Amino acid sequence: MDIWSIVIETSIKIFVVVNVLLLTVSYSVYFERKISAWAQNRIGPNRVGWLGLLQPFADVFKLLLKEDIVPDKSNKAIHALAPFLALFVAFSTYAVIPIGPEMTLFGYTFSLVVADVGIGILYVLAMTSLGVYAITFAGWSSGSKYSLLGGIRSAAQMISYEVSMGFSIAGVIMFSESLNMNVIVQSQAGWMWNAILQPIGFITFVVAAFAETNRMPFDLPEAEPELVGGYHTEYSSMKFAGFFLAEYANMAIASALIVTLYLGGWQNPLVDIFGITGITATLMQIGAFLVKVLALLFFFIWVRWSLPRFRYDQLMDLGWKVMFPLSLINIVWVAALIMIFNL
Amino acid sequence: MIEQYIPIFMVMVFAIIFGLGVIFASKIFGPNRPNKFKLMPYESGKDPVGDARERMSIKYYLVAMLFIIFDIEVIFVYPWGVEFKKLFADFGILAFTPMLVFLIVLELGFLYIYVKGGLKWD
Repeated sequence: MDIWSIVIETSIKIFVVVNVLLLTVSYSVYFERKISAWAQNRIGPNRVGWLGLLQPFADVFKLLLKEDIVPDKSNKAIHALAPFLALFVAFSTYAVIPIGPEMTLFGYTFSLVVADVGIGILYVLAMTSLGVYAITFAGWSSGSKYSLLGGIRSAAQMISYEVSMGFSIAGVIMFSESLNMNVIVQSQAGWMWNAILQPIGFITFVVAAFAETNRMPFDLPEAEPELVGGYHTEYSSMKFAGFFLAEYANMAIASALIVTLYLGGWQNPLVDIFGITGITATLMQIGAFLVKVLALLFFFIWVRWSLPRFRYDQLMDLGWKVMFPLSLINIVWVAALIMIFNL
Repeated sequence: MIEQYIPIFMVMVFAIIFGLGVIFASKIFGPNRPNKFKLMPYESGKDPVGDARERMSIKYYLVAMLFIIFDIEVIFVYPWGVEFKKLFADFGILAFTPMLVFLIVLELGFLYIYVKGGLKWD
């Protein structure tokens, strides 16, 4: 395969995946507002377009035409670098997440993942660690106390939960014997989902994913009653939109990661039961992946309106004293499963 | 081998272009009418008191150090995790004992920090 065919193939994949991601992000904002409204017995956005469906686009255009305020006290370069970094991280992590098996179209076979590399999980971990910098930079460079507190809190929170996240993934790769995302999905064929085989690891990973994406009940970096807007207090216009976009893109990527690592990725049990083959099977598997991701996104929003926010010491206690030991126990559990049942 | 990574570089280039586009979009399309009060740090409408470049609790540095220590251990577990099934086929239970010892030592270090009060957040 020569270089130009790789470049063309990748360009098409990037175009498709970015559009799907942007659409998911804008409509998860819309559905977040709609579901919040249902949860609180309100109506929610219903003015722009039919049922308010054009609301996300109206929001983006509004933010685009707003003034970009850079406070006097801020460090100008880092103030601009922070949202850029947040977007960069959010829009390069999806590269290794497979949305389906290999697909043959017009006699041309390609894998449904932008970059099918052997280091998949390490790449994801490296990228999510970079995300901490974006928030710390934003908090420190703004020159506002609320931002500083939000940024510092967020850095401490994200690195605390990253440890248990890393250890829970160790359980997954013991089953799959590879760091490649596609191999991980294939190792969960049928109902051999990691969520069923290693429930402890699944729970620690999901909790860590909530903490990493700064979602309720771990949204202390921007706890409104105490910190105004947290690390993005001093951001306006498209720079604010950048953070907002990155936050929801991270949510979508976290859902996709949970699905890939623990909920069988694109595995669709119906395909095996009815013995479907060919293009129908591939489409059903892509559909299964999307349904799982959307269900998890709904779960993210559902949790937001069901649980109260943690206090900061409770958050650190949960991360270090509960989640960290649990993720170590998970490794022993998985090793025991492999040794006793030869899975 | 190296061409596997071309897609990743392309994604990164795209992300860089997209990020820069978003950062400069409002400079191009938005108005620019700054004044002294608009550029003040936000402090609930009051005049800001002091500077934001304050000292912060040592606890945050401690958390960062703990993170570095334990996150490096994660990287030690991965190569063993990838090879575990093969090792088990060859060596049986002996494949697991070294990692068990490693995890116990790690847990002892963790308990030491716990007892010393390194995780107490007040």
